[in-house]
Amino acid sequence: MILPALLPLILQQQDGEGGFFFPPVASDLAIASDSLFFTILYLSGFFFAIIVFTTLYFVWKYHHTKCPEPQPSPVHNNTIEIIWTVVPTILLAWIFFEGFEGFMARKTPPPDAYEIHAQGRKWSWNFTYPDGTESSVLHLPLGKAVRVNLASSDVLHSLFVPAFRVKMDVVPGRYEQLWFTPTMLGEFDVYCAEYCGTNHSAMTTTAVVHSQEDFDAWLSEAGDFMTKLSPIEAGERVFASKGCAACHSVAGVAGIGPALNGRFGQERKLSDGSSVTFDANYVRESLLDPAAKIADGFQPIMPTFQGQLDDDKMRVLVEYIKSLQ
Amino acid sequence: MTESSATSHVHDEHVAHHFDDAAQQFETGKLGIWTFLLTEVLFFSGLFVVYSTLRNNNPEVFAYAAQFLDTKLGFLNTCVLLLSSFTFALGVRNAMLGQTKALGINLVITFLCAAGFMGIKYQEYSHKYHEGLLWSGSEHSVFKANLDDVHPEIRAHSSVWGDAQKLTPEFRHEVGQFFAIYFCLTGLHGIHVLLGMILIAWLLMRNARGDFGPNNFNAVDFGALYWHLVDLIWIFLFPLLYLIA
Amino acid sequence: MTLDHKRLGLMYLWSIIAMMFLGGAFVMLIRAELFSPGEDFVSADTFNQLFTLHGAIMVFLVIIPSIPAALGNFVLPLMLGAKDVAFPKLNRMSYHLYVIGAILFVASMLATGLDTGWTFYAPYSTSDSPAHRAILYAVFGAFVLGFSSIFTGLNFLVTIHKMRPPGMTWFKMPLFLWAIYATSIIQILATPVVGITLLLVAVERMLEIGIFNPALGGDPVLFQHMFWFYSHPAVYIMLLPAMGVMSELMSTYSRKSIFGYRYIALSSVAIAVVSFVVWGHHMYVSGQSVLVSVLFSAITFFVAVPSAVKVFNWIATLYKGSIRLTSSMIYGLGIIWLFGIGGLTGLWLAALETDIHLHDTYFVVSHFHFVMVGSAIMAFLGGIHHWWPKFYGTMLNEKVSLWGAGLLFVGFNLTFLPQFIAGTQGMPRRYFDYAERFEGYNQISTVGAFLMGFSILLIVINFLRAIRSGKPAPANPWGAVTLEWNTAPIPDPHNFDDAPVVGDPYDLSIFKWDEAEGGYVPTRPVPGLPYIALPNADSTESQH
Repeated sequence: MILPALLPLILQQQDGEGGFFFPPVASDLAIASDSLFFTILYLSGFFFAIIVFTTLYFVWKYHHTKCPEPQPSPVHNNTIEIIWTVVPTILLAWIFFEGFEGFMARKTPPPDAYEIHAQGRKWSWNFTYPDGTESSVLHLPLGKAVRVNLASSDVLHSLFVPAFRVKMDVVPGRYEQLWFTPTMLGEFDVYCAEYCGTNHSAMTTTAVVHSQEDFDAWLSEAGDFMTKLSPIEAGERVFASKGCAACHSVAGVAGIGPALNGRFGQERKLSDGSSVTFDANYVRESLLDPAAKIADGFQPIMPTFQGQLDDDKMRVLVEYIKSLQ
Repeated sequence: MTESSATSHVHDEHVAHHFDDAAQQFETGKLGIWTFLLTEVLFFSGLFVVYSTLRNNNPEVFAYAAQFLDTKLGFLNTCVLLLSSFTFALGVRNAMLGQTKALGINLVITFLCAAGFMGIKYQEYSHKYHEGLLWSGSEHSVFKANLDDVHPEIRAHSSVWGDAQKLTPEFRHEVGQFFAIYFCLTGLHGIHVLLGMILIAWLLMRNARGDFGPNNFNAVDFGALYWHLVDLIWIFLFPLLYLIA
Repeated sequence: MTLDHKRLGLMYLWSIIAMMFLGGAFVMLIRAELFSPGEDFVSADTFNQLFTLHGAIMVFLVIIPSIPAALGNFVLPLMLGAKDVAFPKLNRMSYHLYVIGAILFVASMLATGLDTGWTFYAPYSTSDSPAHRAILYAVFGAFVLGFSSIFTGLNFLVTIHKMRPPGMTWFKMPLFLWAIYATSIIQILATPVVGITLLLVAVERMLEIGIFNPALGGDPVLFQHMFWFYSHPAVYIMLLPAMGVMSELMSTYSRKSIFGYRYIALSSVAIAVVSFVVWGHHMYVSGQSVLVSVLFSAITFFVAVPSAVKVFNWIATLYKGSIRLTSSMIYGLGIIWLFGIGGLTGLWLAALETDIHLHDTYFVVSHFHFVMVGSAIMAFLGGIHHWWPKFYGTMLNEKVSLWGAGLLFVGFNLTFLPQFIAGTQGMPRRYFDYAERFEGYNQISTVGAFLMGFSILLIVINFLRAIRSGKPAPANPWGAVTLEWNTAPIPDPHNFDDAPVVGDPYDLSIFKWDEAEGGYVPTRPVPGLPYIALPNADSTESQH
């Protein structure tokens, strides 16, 4: 009898940790969502225990060695049928209603929510901040309502942050949104939760929750990096924020795309048999019209960055790639 | 409903072994064909749902695009199919009364009507192909979002090219959607007409063998029901596609 | 080739078991790969094909046909007192279509690259995945299998309507037949919609027709609506026959009439009908409107009630019975546990707020395996054990059967219980690689999966051995009263010469266990029951 009472202590969150079932409770929505989860758990657990116990008891009590013949008993009973129809219906209606309330609360972001744009594309996430800063990591300020506007460049994806208990499909051809308020500092997994092809399980990144001051500092540094950093460092930043590493290694390992280190200035063999010098023009062309020249042995699946990289950004990218050994 | 008697000694050659009698066989077959027709309705309903979704999203696009369909040919096709349903229904009556020759004639007329329908359909389709009145994804379509993608032959020969150039890229794309669903609906319907023609040919062959008579006309009856459904689907298609301009 | 429904049923049985091994082999590779994070044996691309094929084969070639096509075909006409189904040639064609569908799936495997998931979501399936030929073969294969399913449902529906013997009114029918009837309604009404949906996927791939691909002006969420319009009722095609088997098992092995017959019968049809209006609960985060999500959630909770009512009625059947723990009964009792968990975990997914976190995680994977495997496949196996004596006139080795049932039950729980936690902790599904913190759950799950594989092997080898060398079966080893037991140990090709006499299909008091005889004997003379045979006597005694 003590164990069921202790169950909440064992299973549920303690001080923001998720406990047995959940990752950390890192957003306002997580608290409500987990609360409903446990309500359903205790209710279901109770009825499940009754069902299992009754079954086992009957099997033991009416085993044929004890009861060689069945005893007379009614084959139907309208009263009990009504009871075990109506009672579950009421309980289920209640659970529905709780779920409905929580759902509705998630649907309307506060009008002053901080807006971030999330672009999903095979196989990386790209986040754009109100001042135009881009990042492949989702930096967030603690305690501030955030509204994420979602769009896809190609197929269905889904932005999922388990610690915040948020998820929304990213649908090509339309905009979606989700909103939440981060309530805990730290780094949390961000996943793609809608199957999108070969590297679906690699389409992950991190949500980093900073204090407001730290967030502001990050944002100004990230936004300013083109002027503040050397070209090579700036190029490294662009490389990271655009999610290039999802396909291109800088350490010599071929992935979905060729590795980029030690290539600049070399001859590259292309899939049509011709060859090209890996120079600044080749890099620029690969960014704007990636299908024009495909490296031998690879698939023509690199997305275009036309409209997403201005000349300055492409210039520093070239510098960065040049620098890779 | 199900009549049962000790019938294992009386075997009507037309009654299958697992049935008690001809009445049960007929009743069973009837329920079977109606159930099958229900599945056909649901099969087409998927396309009708796509139609309503697309039309609901772009009502003005559909009204615009429907002008490119030839209402006269569509109406002619409607009459042809209605006539064919009538002759097939007459044929069922012929079968019931053992009028083998009349049945044969009616089946032939039905077949010719169906062939006529397919002929008119072919006319419509080839006209559309030459004019580029196709879905945007097709190479030959005049309704490409990007005008540069339109095939040079279409640019040269299509009377719709002038109109197409005046539309916005989005509108062109959406007009293409009308033709997408037009070809899906009429195409699937056309396949069912062809299957119906095979069915009628089979009935003609069996009739020539003398299979049908007052004790055995189930196949003709059930075949006619199939044909009536094919006709009915067209009765829905015609106004939804041709008459909304 | 044969038109006999019994032989067709057995042909289905072995085809389905073969396909189960194929789909099972794929999942063994998946679970081996997932034992630890990172790439171990297969590439990400191969992994994606493995889960796609596992899902597609298990859904279309195994679970959906399983009970109706194998058990239904064999048992239904016998249970109905009929000589065959309404349309034996159509029945044979259903089987041929099944084989063609299977061949098309093999063609898809040989073409390689099918990596869309069994759900074929657009635009990945219609325009993005490079596996052009593999997708076309698979989609046409599923289309053909759809027709196999439709014709089977049509056949059974008409048979039940038109070929019941005199005296067998609707409410005198055994519950297995009610279950098959309700299933047939779904097969007939829902399958055509997935047929047209898959056809449109094929057309979009081949002709770039742009219904679902937004780059061509289409709507990817429309695909999801059309797909789930079938695929949700489809899970009840899998579940309702299982519930029918459960009613037969609970009653036979408690020696008691099923409790609440009418409620169970009518709840089957209620589930069939309501199952058509809940599909959107797969799509709460898809971008469908809030109103629509709310409606679907409400109706989904409503459909849970008749299922719960059935479970209560089964347990009430045990009350004051005389329970024999045969292997079939072990399967049945296990289902109470497994369906309990499967059904209850559906509540978290039906509730809007909790579903957001759990959607597309391992929580969902575990939930549907508890219902599709833990309930439907367990009932399939339990049904095979129950009706086996009629298939070949032999008995299964009961000891091995018990071991198989027990090990499978343990293996199943070991495989899938940890997956609930992996899901709540945030592990998404269809993931080739995963974060370190999920490793423990995956390792336990893999061990369980291999135990399951071993158990299935044991169970099927047990079947194979019993064909030739099983003990000869009496006509009615379980003392059951439904009409299929009122036949010779192996039923005659035409089942019954005359329409059998119909009584209460659950009046098990007719038979009583006789220890001396080692079998069930009639307690009173009952007209029209010629095939009562005693286990040790000559089993061909009959009186017409």
